[in-house]
Amino acid sequence: MPLAPLSEISKKGFFFEIRKNKILFLMLLPAFIYFFMFFYIPFVGAYYAFVHYHYGLGLFRSPFVGLKNFRFLFISNIITKLTINTLLYNIAFIVIGNFFQITIAILISQVTSRFYRRMAQTFIFLPYFISFVLVGLFAYGLLNYDFGIVNSALVKMGFARISFYNTPWYWKYILTIAHVWKWLGYGSVIYLAAIMSINNELYDVASIDGANAFRQIRSVTLPMLKPTIIILLLFSIGSILRGQFELFYQMVGTNGLLFNATDILDTYVYRALVSSAQIELGTAAGLYQSVFGLVVILTANFIIKRIDPEYALF
Amino acid sequence: MAVKKGIDYALLRIIAYTVVTVAAVACLLPFIMLISSSFTDESEIVKNGFSLFPRVFSLQAYIVAFEFPTRIISAYVVTITVTAVGTFFSLFFVSMAGYVLQRRDFKYRNGLSFIIYFTQLFSVGIIPQYILVTRILGLTDNLLALILPPLLSPFLIILMRTFIRTAIPDSIVESAKIDGANDFLIYRKLILPLSTAGLATIGLFTALSYWNDWYQASLYIHTQSRYPLQFYLYNLLMSAQMMKEMANVAMSNNSAMQVPQESIKMATALIVTGPILILYPFVQKYFVTGLTVGAVKG
Repeated sequence: MPLAPLSEISKKGFFFEIRKNKILFLMLLPAFIYFFMFFYIPFVGAYYAFVHYHYGLGLFRSPFVGLKNFRFLFISNIITKLTINTLLYNIAFIVIGNFFQITIAILISQVTSRFYRRMAQTFIFLPYFISFVLVGLFAYGLLNYDFGIVNSALVKMGFARISFYNTPWYWKYILTIAHVWKWLGYGSVIYLAAIMSINNELYDVASIDGANAFRQIRSVTLPMLKPTIIILLLFSIGSILRGQFELFYQMVGTNGLLFNATDILDTYVYRALVSSAQIELGTAAGLYQSVFGLVVILTANFIIKRIDPEYALF
Repeated sequence: MAVKKGIDYALLRIIAYTVVTVAAVACLLPFIMLISSSFTDESEIVKNGFSLFPRVFSLQAYIVAFEFPTRIISAYVVTITVTAVGTFFSLFFVSMAGYVLQRRDFKYRNGLSFIIYFTQLFSVGIIPQYILVTRILGLTDNLLALILPPLLSPFLIILMRTFIRTAIPDSIVESAKIDGANDFLIYRKLILPLSTAGLATIGLFTALSYWNDWYQASLYIHTQSRYPLQFYLYNLLMSAQMMKEMANVAMSNNSAMQVPQESIKMATALIVTGPILILYPFVQKYFVTGLTVGAVKG
């Protein structure tokens, strides 16, 4: 049999394919075992959301209760509050985060000294590399009532200390700032690469047309960044119901005083598993989160496909 | 052609330098606080709080931190083992999957890619996975529980696929096939050597996430001698806080003050993060490449 060129796809059946390309299938096997093991087999566990779980009886002998767990989450308003918190935090993170990432990327591209640009980028990218445990410690070092730098500075300026860890509303801002800080470098690296690939002639032309430096950013840089911005926004919309668990857990942790302003779906599910042992409620909340998240993605993708199929995720 | 640059350019440049400098300093300040406070005398911290410059220099925190070095050493051993083993197998499996899924003659590549990609769109959450790892696989307190659950990610497989597709022309694979090489041999002798940049990038992303992981450990590891570094640090922060709260309640003796509770947190954090801070300037460029390639739709 003559070898088919790589671009040609055989029209024969599945088992013929397996025999012909058994080495390729074998090479895929570890990845598939992994994804089935850790993502598809656990689908069975979604059943926890529909039972009244008894540890002694196990999953399948625990009594089936239908949608009772979901009803409880809705009637007690738990799920509404968690959903609103998760959505609002993510929207704030996406909008404010991208704003700063784009601004910094544009401004870094305006820094003429190569050395300075490198240094600045190195420092701004640094927070991406540390663990969230360290982020939590940084917050502690800045905000702690007795030793925090912010409080020391307030005292020095003649103000009273602020008890951050007892005051929920501050945390909406603190968490947003921390998130912006952690991801500023990550996002601006992507945007900066896109800016650097813009053809310089476009700026020359704009300049001849009388555009000043600021106008050029508005009329050349930003429009050229549009595809990157849209793609990154789409990726973030895809996970808009997935909270930044590590950030929230390391900064707020088990400090129940702050939960009203800081509890998101992911932290609730984690506590349901680790501290309160409410496996069925946790699974129900997690399942709700996944289904709702999938609906959001499919809707967003559907709308985008209508407007501009170029940008569709799949 | 030369374009005359006016005052607007100068103004923009001033703004750029100012804002970029402020951002860089803001990103750096917490690290300075960390380093400075770890070298500050505990009584000074208790009196005046953490600072950006060690007003009263002291090595006390490091001396105490290393007084019982076995804990930190065992946490290092755990983290290095998990990072090395995890990264090796992750790279092996990711590169094979990435290679197969970019082969244009592989009939089911789109369907199979979607099976992988779908796990990023929809999963049933952590609890069923937790039950699987603890009850069915029985990996509680086993380092495999730190290695296996985060082993692969759809994002990295897609990134690898893009890397291979852009770095290696189909004709190379085709001619190797004509020479009679089988697909694994092609992968090992041709693809791997030609995609070292991609492998380095993906390996570093993986290694970083293993190094920084505390979450898997918080779920699966209960024995202190098996804590990885970040979870060791997390526990130190929490228990020190608890110790201090107890001391506050008791309000009686100063015996708790013998341990430099505040500076030791900072010192331990620095010990735990040290390798990343040292390696960071050398590996930064790989992450930049990875992000740049990854942002292109795969």
